[in-house]
Amino acid sequence: MPQSASEIARRVRTGETTARSVVEEHLAVISRRDGEINAFNLVTGDSALRAADGIDARVARGEDPGPLAGVPVAVKDNLCTRGVPTTCSSRMLEGWHPPYDATVVQRLSTAGAIMVGKTNLDEFAMGSSTENSAFGPTRNPVDTSRVPGGSSGGSAAAVAAGMASVSLGSDTGGSIRQPAAMCGVVGVKPTYGLVSRLGLVAFASSLDQIGPFAGSVADAALVLEVIAGHDPGDSTSIPQPAPSLVAEVGRGVDGLRIGRVVDLPGGAEPEVEARLEEAFAALVAAGARIVDVALPSFAYALTAYYLLAPAEASSNLARYDGVRYGMRVAAADTNAMYAATRAAGFGDEVKRRIMLGTYALSAGYYDAYYGKALKVRRLIADDFARAYSSCDAILMPTSPVVAFPFGDKVDDPMSMYLCDIYTIPTNLAGHPAMSVPFGLGAHGMPVGIQVLAPTLAESTMFRVGGALEAAGRGA
Amino acid sequence: MAEQRSHITATDVAKVARLARLDIDAETLVHFTAQLSRVLEHFGDIDALDLVGVDPMTQPYPLVNVLRDDVEQPTLDTAEVLSAAPEAEDHRFRVPPIIGLEG
Repeated sequence: MPQSASEIARRVRTGETTARSVVEEHLAVISRRDGEINAFNLVTGDSALRAADGIDARVARGEDPGPLAGVPVAVKDNLCTRGVPTTCSSRMLEGWHPPYDATVVQRLSTAGAIMVGKTNLDEFAMGSSTENSAFGPTRNPVDTSRVPGGSSGGSAAAVAAGMASVSLGSDTGGSIRQPAAMCGVVGVKPTYGLVSRLGLVAFASSLDQIGPFAGSVADAALVLEVIAGHDPGDSTSIPQPAPSLVAEVGRGVDGLRIGRVVDLPGGAEPEVEARLEEAFAALVAAGARIVDVALPSFAYALTAYYLLAPAEASSNLARYDGVRYGMRVAAADTNAMYAATRAAGFGDEVKRRIMLGTYALSAGYYDAYYGKALKVRRLIADDFARAYSSCDAILMPTSPVVAFPFGDKVDDPMSMYLCDIYTIPTNLAGHPAMSVPFGLGAHGMPVGIQVLAPTLAESTMFRVGGALEAAGRGA
Repeated sequence: MAEQRSHITATDVAKVARLARLDIDAETLVHFTAQLSRVLEHFGDIDALDLVGVDPMTQPYPLVNVLRDDVEQPTLDTAEVLSAAPEAEDHRFRVPPIIGLEG
């Protein structure tokens, strides 16, 4: 398990320990375990040690390096880091050095955090198992014969294995919450617009959001406080300061109304269903009230998402044309160069989604596919609005299944897509949601329970998450 | 419309690949056609919904035009940006001929 970020920061700020020794410990875990796990595309050990010495020098001068002083953090490799390779786990961007830092990377650094490396993902964040990486899959630290989930599998595994205290991922349809559930760590997808996406390589711009992985709900709150808040560099960034969240974690759930979805699509493993029932019971024991809510369009979210996200991706990924950055395959004219470059640079799942999106947007199919999906998206948002008129948060599983063995679903896109059935609707609505580890399921693998809340109701979400964590620790 | 949905042919997939600027070989074409066909079959589920009069939702929030003051600000370094390009010449990205070879 990871070391607590708040504890590391406290000890570094008070001089009880040094950032250098904290970073050295984590680099040692990486060198011991990452050969097998493959959570990292790149380990930035030298620059991490230099940054640690800088933090220690500031503490020695009596300065406060910030709320994440000396905390080793892993960053998903679709977040731009100036001068440090950013690949999106794609051959297309192999060797590319971004000319700027993502806003979240800057904010972590300003808060005293230290980046130890860039983590593996499904290519361009498209996948639910991290098997679609051009640089080989990441293995689940809990059982290395199984996938870590995806697409942020490397970030989840890095925290689960104690190779980083906390990490960042991106969540377009569940890519933070699902791997968090499968690796037994906390994962948060914030409200759309709460965290700046400047420097996040775009997948589906109306859905993408950056968020933290951590070993505890409080650490996730601490990181989110640091990375949230308005950024003029992202036109979709909500013009509000970062919320205060750490204090919410221990506030309890007394009097909160927790929604139980009466028409939730089935298909979850029996152990997952059992953990969900225990989670409801734990919240009732803590003073919450359970309220039945209906989300009649929820089941259609999968179709809406797998039309809208590929449609947006087909447009966003048009930029990889061999002209300004990344791979180029030489050809006699530009059109041939584009097609040869994209054929060589993208893996199969990225190609499938680009083609699916291109098809959904093409003449003759636009209304039947893309247009309809946009309307279904509205129905889902309306369902949530109705549900939240009678409850404060909703509880459901994060993933219908625990981490599965390698190769189980990778050549059957539809069965892979079904892993996201419970996480996708919140992305469509733009709401926050988090996954909290809550006991074990089949094969002794971790189960995650998902807490959903309305737009900008992160404070409620962290109260419920904190209560679940407290109950789960006792279980 | 419902019939169009469940059948995507290899010809459709080849056309889509061309639109998406992706070279695709014959074997992959067959493989992708089968996979996409299964996915599109599942997508028929939304035909059961009554969507008449439903307002399409493109974004979680209504997008507004965000403008900043028209003041000079530091920007990316040209040399650093061009150094990432596969080919650059004279402060420009260099590409192969655009017209005249394939018609």
